[in-house]
Amino acid sequence: MTYFANNDFKDSVAIIGMGCTKFGERWDVGLHDLIIDAAFEAFEDAGIKPSDVQACYFANTNAPNNCSGTPVTDALKIHGIPVTRNENWCTSGHIALINACLAVKSGMCDIAMAIGAEKLKDKGYAGMGVGRGLDPVREARRDAPGSFALIAEKYAKKYGYTYDELKEALARIDIKNHANGSLSPKAHFHNVITMEQVMKAAMIASPLGLYDCCGTSDGAACAIIVRADLAEKYRSDPIYVKGFGCATDMITPHYRNRDFDWTSFESLRNCAKMAYDMAGITNPREQLDLAEVHDCFSITELAIYEDFGFSKRGEAVKDIQAGFFERTGGLPVNVDGGLKCFGHPVGASGIRMTYEVYKQLQHKVDNPARQLEDPHLGLSQTFGGPPQIAACMILGNQKG
Amino acid sequence: MEYGIKSIGAYLPYRYLPQTAIGAAWGSRGGKGFKSVADVDEDSITMAVEAGMGCFRFFDRKDVSAVYFATTTAPYAEKLNSALISVACDLQDDKVFSADVTSSTRAGTNALKMAVSTVRAEPDANVLVTAADVRLGYPKSAQESRFGDGAAAVIVGAEENGDNLMASIDYMSFINEEINDYWRNSDEKYTRHAEARFCDEAGYLGQLNLILKKVLKETGLKTEDFAKAVVVGQQAKTLLKFCTKNKITPEQTVSTLLSEAGDTGSAQALLGIVNALENAEPGQKILVLDYGNGAGAAVLTVKEGIRKLNGAKQIERYLGTRAPLDSYARYLSWRGIAQAEPGTPYKVQPSWAQTWREQRINLRLHGSVCRKCGSALFPINRVCDCCGSKDDYDEFSAQEDICRLYTFSIDEFAGQSDDPVIIQAVAETANGAHVYTLMTDFVREEVKTDMECEFTFRRFNELGNFPNYFWKLRPLRREQR
Repeated sequence: MTYFANNDFKDSVAIIGMGCTKFGERWDVGLHDLIIDAAFEAFEDAGIKPSDVQACYFANTNAPNNCSGTPVTDALKIHGIPVTRNENWCTSGHIALINACLAVKSGMCDIAMAIGAEKLKDKGYAGMGVGRGLDPVREARRDAPGSFALIAEKYAKKYGYTYDELKEALARIDIKNHANGSLSPKAHFHNVITMEQVMKAAMIASPLGLYDCCGTSDGAACAIIVRADLAEKYRSDPIYVKGFGCATDMITPHYRNRDFDWTSFESLRNCAKMAYDMAGITNPREQLDLAEVHDCFSITELAIYEDFGFSKRGEAVKDIQAGFFERTGGLPVNVDGGLKCFGHPVGASGIRMTYEVYKQLQHKVDNPARQLEDPHLGLSQTFGGPPQIAACMILGNQKG
Repeated sequence: MEYGIKSIGAYLPYRYLPQTAIGAAWGSRGGKGFKSVADVDEDSITMAVEAGMGCFRFFDRKDVSAVYFATTTAPYAEKLNSALISVACDLQDDKVFSADVTSSTRAGTNALKMAVSTVRAEPDANVLVTAADVRLGYPKSAQESRFGDGAAAVIVGAEENGDNLMASIDYMSFINEEINDYWRNSDEKYTRHAEARFCDEAGYLGQLNLILKKVLKETGLKTEDFAKAVVVGQQAKTLLKFCTKNKITPEQTVSTLLSEAGDTGSAQALLGIVNALENAEPGQKILVLDYGNGAGAAVLTVKEGIRKLNGAKQIERYLGTRAPLDSYARYLSWRGIAQAEPGTPYKVQPSWAQTWREQRINLRLHGSVCRKCGSALFPINRVCDCCGSKDDYDEFSAQEDICRLYTFSIDEFAGQSDDPVIIQAVAETANGAHVYTLMTDFVREEVKTDMECEFTFRRFNELGNFPNYFWKLRPLRREQR
């Protein structure tokens, strides 16, 4: 299947403003505060007023049920326009971005806003919680680390890595993301970690130890999206949307008995293909200058390297060992610290990742020590559920 | 027409507590032997299903027409426990008469008597009698140490040719006695008891002496005519006293697993019968004496059908695949006596309608096999994931499959604080379906991809304020046919 066969999407939509709050255990603020802080940073960045927004897409997984888009209208007073909420686990932020892009691309409006916000820590939200499935009988006390560790067991077996080899490769991902996070003022965590710390840390779900698992955070991020032909009216350095992708698996791919062996995910592969087709990317490993990917667990980041074509099948471990995904490597991944260190307010994460790519492409990251050298093309990507849905967006700072 | 036992099954949980561990917790030496301990995900229903599955090694479950569940510790006080057992055993709803037989430790032989009466009245009937108990004594009481958890089952039916039976049931009789020696009031957790000498003399020994006399008189048999004697007991000492006085020799005496598992209540007599039959030769006569508010007796003759066992010894197999529970404290928490910190509440809402609607999947463990392309899927899928066909499938049951562990993870903290380690597992069934569930009764170091495992019926959660049951995977324990 080819998406946008006539490829008239690429460069037809642009981001003109973005905002992102400090992530973390934000006891000091509520959901409305987070929305206000992220949105007003974006409004200011775009040079628009809240009343200029014509449609808003809200990403959130944990606000009280049936709240619709009202946390946004309540906080920002942008009532009287379409404000809708989507809940697609960790990809919700990307889905909001995609919806905003399609809204302006279709001509429905000129200025659309995507905002993701999550206030998890008011409810003592450690981890994702148990019993989140659809079936009240088969549901049991299983949690996200155990669900993603299913990948590690199969991956090591399939490609012949020993426990120690895989564990060490995963540790390098953790160490990288912590080093990057230490340079991000808005990140949840700033501690630099060592190999020894990772190896000695408490085991959560083998081989995933404490540092292989991201925490959950409070936070919000926002984007203002316009048609590309209007973008330069607002700023000289708009960031163009090159493509996006999304693909969904069954609620329990666990039950699939074909095309699924836990080392590769149809949703990831098809999401990548859709976005690469739209953006005209044929060799992501070479063409992308940076990527923000879904490192909810270190093993997830490793699986994404392969399903998104950054590494050949079974060779992600080698690339990790060679430092290919370090800030100074061939394809820097999670230069802001990733979910692991920047934090993971579920619905906000896709937009936070896109915020980093946007700022990097504008050469305007908040700490120059983190600024990559002359990047042109970047990707942000989320993977949600345990694990069912993938979404991504590719941005560039030049047309064409 | 002869009436008797067509198949047998037993179940003993994976965990046990050495008596010394209970003693140590209270600053005493503790006695000899072991207390069999049902896991936190087990109860009398799940164990009764396990014992029932043992019977299906030698008897086609399609032919079962009644289920009598004997217990004093049914999970439900109101709601038919045997109805749930029947469905979990994948029996036919339009055929099965289900009934619970409760309130006495002789419920096992009571149910056996009712089964014999049933098949005498309806020779086509085949009755699954399954008995299980998880009794509680007060912490630090002698009963706590003596009680053990376990289950046993038999299938009772009629045969024109008695040699097709494993054993004929030639005689049964009971005596009734109103006495408060052991009892539990309906709103209580722990079994109470009267003064020990009264319990033994007026109760146990008095009643067993009476029933034995009755058996010998009415059958004309002498104690030495029995190759085996299954006599229940609350403790080894009193049991020995009874046997010695009545000249039942140690060679005749069949263990009801008092020292290996403890007093398994309503399951004890049936466990003894299964233990006797697993070590029997055709022609042998077996005496069975059960106790509780009076006493019950049966005389069995081992038949040629016993050869179907072909050396299968399920009790030995279960005793040989056990592991000690690491702490008495964990036992106290599992039974809700001194409950450890509960985990965070589940985020999924219970639904009585959904639980009822999906019982073919959750209780029977049914999946679907596509009639068009043959692919097997779990759970039952209306649309085939492989060829896309709609509503064109046959159901299959994975209950008895030996599965291959496809992938797994060991999560150290996902469980409740008294049972924190959760193994998520994906298993490939015999026909290639993938089933995602949890693992239980594992030695964590031995869990490996591709290992063989089997399904076991377990409690999953209490959503909706009732136990929700589904199937877990475990390393092979159940003896295969």
